[in-house]
Amino acid sequence: MIINQFLILGAALFSIGVYGVLARRNAVLVLLSVELMLAAVNINLVAFDRYLQDSIAGGQIFALFVITVAAAEVGIGLAIVLLIFRNRKSANVDELDLMKL
Amino acid sequence: MSSLLAFAAPLLLAAEDGAPKEFSDGGVLAEWAWLIPVVPMVAAFAIVFIGKRSPWKGWGLATGSMAFVMIYGAILFISNLNKGITYEGSVAIGEIGTDPYGHTLGLEWGWMVDGLSIMMYLVVGLVGFLVFTYAKGYMEGDIRYTWFFASFALFGGGMLVLVSAPNLIQLIVGWELVGVSSYLLIGHYWEEHENSSAAIKAFLVNKVADVGLFIGAIIISLSVGSFRFTDIMAVIAEGDSQSALARFSFWAGVAIFIGAMGKSAQFPLHVWLPDAMAGPTPVSALMHAATMVTAGVYLIGRLFPFYNTEFFADDTRYIIIIIGTLTLFLTGLLALVANDIKKVLAYSTLSQLGYMVTAMGAGAYTAGLFHLFTHAFFKSLLFLGAGSVIHAVHSNNMSDMGGLRKYMPQTFWTFLIGSLALAGIVPLAGFWSKDEILASIQYAGQNYTTAQGGAELANFVLVVAILGAFVTAFYMTRAVSLTFFGEYKGHGHPHESPKIMTYPLIALAGFSVVAGWINIPGVIKWFTEALEARFLAPGDHHPEAINFGLAAIGTVAAVAGIAIGYFIWFADRETQKERDKFRIPVLYPLLEHKYYIDDFYMDGIVRPLRGPVARAVDWFNGHIIDLVINGTGWLAVRIARVTYWVDQRGVDGVFNASAAATGGTGGLVRLLQTGRIQQYVFLIVAGTVVLVAGFIIF
Repeated sequence: MIINQFLILGAALFSIGVYGVLARRNAVLVLLSVELMLAAVNINLVAFDRYLQDSIAGGQIFALFVITVAAAEVGIGLAIVLLIFRNRKSANVDELDLMKL
Repeated sequence: MSSLLAFAAPLLLAAEDGAPKEFSDGGVLAEWAWLIPVVPMVAAFAIVFIGKRSPWKGWGLATGSMAFVMIYGAILFISNLNKGITYEGSVAIGEIGTDPYGHTLGLEWGWMVDGLSIMMYLVVGLVGFLVFTYAKGYMEGDIRYTWFFASFALFGGGMLVLVSAPNLIQLIVGWELVGVSSYLLIGHYWEEHENSSAAIKAFLVNKVADVGLFIGAIIISLSVGSFRFTDIMAVIAEGDSQSALARFSFWAGVAIFIGAMGKSAQFPLHVWLPDAMAGPTPVSALMHAATMVTAGVYLIGRLFPFYNTEFFADDTRYIIIIIGTLTLFLTGLLALVANDIKKVLAYSTLSQLGYMVTAMGAGAYTAGLFHLFTHAFFKSLLFLGAGSVIHAVHSNNMSDMGGLRKYMPQTFWTFLIGSLALAGIVPLAGFWSKDEILASIQYAGQNYTTAQGGAELANFVLVVAILGAFVTAFYMTRAVSLTFFGEYKGHGHPHESPKIMTYPLIALAGFSVVAGWINIPGVIKWFTEALEARFLAPGDHHPEAINFGLAAIGTVAAVAGIAIGYFIWFADRETQKERDKFRIPVLYPLLEHKYYIDDFYMDGIVRPLRGPVARAVDWFNGHIIDLVINGTGWLAVRIARVTYWVDQRGVDGVFNASAAATGGTGGLVRLLQTGRIQQYVFLIVAGTVVLVAGFIIF
């Protein structure tokens, strides 16, 4: 089995995710990009699991955990974004500089 | 109390017939006699702290302590009459080095119980108790009532410390305690400048004399190798003309006598005593009778063998007798012109002190101390009587009195008894003691046939002493006449004093009558025997029988004084006016200016010295002290500048630099803190990339 194509796909997806997180101004799209990064990680996990022939399939189980946690995280994230939008009539992350003291 | 040393008596005693005389050590009475000085001292300090809350605001404590001393003194006196007591107790406190001969000079506190000190305990206690009682009435309503009794108790206590001293150091301590408490009491009404000046004058004149006492004490104790009187007496008893004490004794004797001249107010140093009348009258009474002026006579009495033994200070006696005679006559004349009744009595005290000192100088130990004993009673009586009058008239001046006989009968009669006792009228106290002094001087004249002309001197002194008796009677007649006879010239209505004041007067009048009867030559010798009890017998002469010739001359002198005084001053029967117009051209101005002695001290010593001294001090102050101070200031400024620089640049610099560094770092780090999430994430990612790259490469 050749693992390279999976890793290249994961890296590409991760890079796109990073780009999205850094470049996008819309908070929803930022969240989507985060999901892309998680997906890239999942691909890597599954690929290595198969490549290493893990007898208990730990990589796949981790991937399932990541998906679950990601779902929860998106739920919370979207809720926050929704509230921010409601309060400020905008979901632009550039305007969310309240963390600066 | 581990080093408690008690000496029983049997050393060095010889009665006049040469047979050794046995004295007792006084037993438990003498062992506990240390209470006599301690109780009044404790009372004085207790009054300072709790006086205002104690019964009668401190009067109770003070008088109680004096009552204790009186009772203890009386018991001791009676036991001493039974069988002479000589006891010396002492407690070692420390050492103050060694003398040139290798003796260790011990510092001790002790108490002497012998004939001389017992007599003084009795006098101080008895007169003190009566005067303290009287003072309650006299000082009623005084602003510093409690404080007065604290100082008064200290006065009595200080005198008892002095009297009980078995060594020179304790004697000096008591001496100075008396000095300082007299200063407090004379200046009791210090609001008036005159009174505080009088207090300072008394203190300073005494201080001048004290230098003599210190020098004498140093010479004696260094040449004997001990401060103890018993050790000094032991050296004298050996009678070695080559001993160190004998070689220095003349100057030591003179120096000690100068000290005695200050406290006992002898002629050129007498100036403080009349001014000391600024104090309240009970103070004058106590000071003149028992506590202060008797100290000098007591000191000579305590060191009497030193002055009366060949090879020792026996030459000093010529000085003593001359000073005493001058005092007794010259100050007696001053009493003739004084207007202040207390000053009349003060000059009279000076004159009587002159008698005592003259007697001491003539080698008459018993006679001198006997006069001290009787004088204590009638002089305190006279002062208290004068105080009673002043209390009624509110003035010290006899020109504001007169005719008080009718208003104040008790004061009048007691004052009259005191005056007659002072004048020396048979059979009152003063007669016996004065007569004994005259007899002793006469004896000295007959027996001192030394090369220095002792006999002529003694005969001259005898004449002066008889003249002095005349003057005494003369001025007392004047005082009685101006105060109690004629017309009242003051304001208001005088009234008799309260009972608390008149009872002491009556008691003292009683003593003024009977005090002389305990020493009638040839009949009753109690006083002589009582005083003989000491470690080294005084070896003085005292008459064995009444010298009727001298007694007659003395009495004639006194009666003549009264008679002439009567014609000069007594009320004119018709006009009821007294004639205080006794003016002798040259003498009167001289007396009025008190022989110009005060003026001499002021213009002759104080003022000429004051200018140069003040200038010298000013120069010293301007040039030396200011230089030091300015130099110190200049140096301080320099040091402060350096310190300031170090503080500002060094210490503050460290703090400022660390603060600036923190601030700068903060400022730099702050730039990262934009609040923009994407930038943070970028940094995280970049950091991760760098880390990963680092791991991969290295």
